[in-house]
Amino acid sequence: MSGFDETLQDEAEAPVRVRFVVNGRKVACEVAPRDTLVDCLRDKLELTGTHAGCEMGACGACLVQLDGRAIHSCLIYAVQADGARIDTIEGLSEGGVLADLQAEFHRRNALQCGFCTPGMLINAQELLSRVAEPGRGEIRDALSGNYCRCTGYEAIVDAIDAVAKARSKGGVAT
Amino acid sequence: MKARAFSYFRAATIDQALDAHARAGDDARYIAGGQSLVPALSLRLQAPRLLVDITHIDELRGVRREGGSLRIGALTRHCEMLSEPLIAEFAPLLHAAAPFVAHPAIRNRGTFGGSVALADPASEFPAMTLALDAEIEIAGPSGRRRVKADDFFIDLFETALQPGELITSIHVPLFKADQRFAFDELARRRGDYALVGCGILATCPGGRIEDIRISFFSVGNTPTRVKGVERTLIGSRLEAERITAAQGALDGDLAPPDSDEVPPAMRLHLARVLLGRLLGRLGEGA
Ligand SMILES: Cc1cc2nc3c(=O)[nH]c(=O)nc-3n(C[C@H](O)[C@H](O)[C@H](O)COP(=O)(O)OP(=O)(O)OC[C@H]3O[C@@H](n4cnc5c(N)ncnc54)[C@H](O)[C@@H]3O)c2cc1C
Ligand code: FES
Ligand code: FES
Repeated sequence: MSGFDETLQDEAEAPVRVRFVVNGRKVACEVAPRDTLVDCLRDKLELTGTHAGCEMGACGACLVQLDGRAIHSCLIYAVQADGARIDTIEGLSEGGVLADLQAEFHRRNALQCGFCTPGMLINAQELLSRVAEPGRGEIRDALSGNYCRCTGYEAIVDAIDAVAKARSKGGVAT
Repeated sequence: MKARAFSYFRAATIDQALDAHARAGDDARYIAGGQSLVPALSLRLQAPRLLVDITHIDELRGVRREGGSLRIGALTRHCEMLSEPLIAEFAPLLHAAAPFVAHPAIRNRGTFGGSVALADPASEFPAMTLALDAEIEIAGPSGRRRVKADDFFIDLFETALQPGELITSIHVPLFKADQRFAFDELARRRGDYALVGCGILATCPGGRIEDIRISFFSVGNTPTRVKGVERTLIGSRLEAERITAAQGALDGDLAPPDSDEVPPAMRLHLARVLLGRLLGRLGEGA
């Protein structure tokens, strides 16, 4: 058989160089093929705003934007994202796009421990970019993959609802 | 939890993907959306030596009309099933099923081809390919072929795909003016896998059923067409007594496996309720 076959296992352990544009900045780092994107963001790039909970796609704590769409960073290997644009909660916060959602979450106690909050915000942002004024059912539906162990969701739905109404009136929530 | 170490190869063409898979002695997995494969690797239910990333192969992309059918590229994402106008117009059953597949962020990455290849009996799309009489187009080491959905799903997670074979696209006959469709599922929680789900495609010129395909999921080892039920409905105008008869025929078609969570009798009952609702809706569209 070819050399490709024999070297497969060595290659499996060997670090691979990946490049992304993270929060608008070009970055490069070395990862193993089995390192997930959330591992890479937290451990290599020290962007710890993206949380790792279940690491199975069930809790939503690890959501980031990949080429503009919300995805689970625990369900993609960093090597797969090579060449992609990634926006994490840090970048979206600094850029101000989430400022009204963050203020409203704060005002309404839509978070307690905050573990789920980055994922909630990224999902809420995606929902509001798709549907101008979602009903409460639609908001709950969109959050169905985001677990919160503290709030009982009511305040989170209130906050997103208020921001949706404010944004579609072109103002800020009160 | 972490996957066992593996090598990674990003294929640019189908031939490259097939070749890499073969060189790993078939101890390889194709990765598309990864929304089922990554959790399986994390749990070490699978531990291949090589992952072949197929998401950069252009030929696997795109939705377009080809004669009397819609060609849906394997890499078409679940979210595109909702946003793509051609799907809404020519494969409305898939459009109707899509919001029930997982959660929004998973729909942003999961692919139609991945869902069909995995053939999870609890999944919406594999069952809908049966209702739609779709054809699965496959590329493999020994060439290209097409397999009818009716012949594709063989047993639990077992399909007509041979080792190293790849789904390139799924071909769905175009939805016609004299056709009607209905889809729904019963789940404990929105976004959860269904306790039982069903999709129907019926041809009913003038309101009388000439042809009907009914496919259930989450009721057995594979997505399941209920041919006995279909037969009772041919010629019907979906009158109440015909719907009751169809519900009765379900017992002969479905044999849900025993599970601790949901006893077979309960699943069968839920299937009857769901079938009644869907046929009722189909009749209202008359
Ligand atoms: C929390 C959660 C909830 C979910 N809920 C649902 C749900 O309600 N309904 C549902 O249907 N699904 C659900 N899923 C699964 C999800 O929809 C997946 O996207 C889908 O099942 C697999 O598609 P994929 O593209 O991600 O495939 P992958 O995970 O990349 O691959 C799955 C399998 O198919 C093979 N494969 C992929 N593409 C091809 C191809 N073109 N040719 C040959 N083989 C291929 C892979 O080798 C692998 O064995 C859920 C997943 C998660 C994490
Ligand atoms: S850590 Fe990714 S979904 Fe839970
Ligand atoms: S605020 Fe603690 S998990 Fe949501």
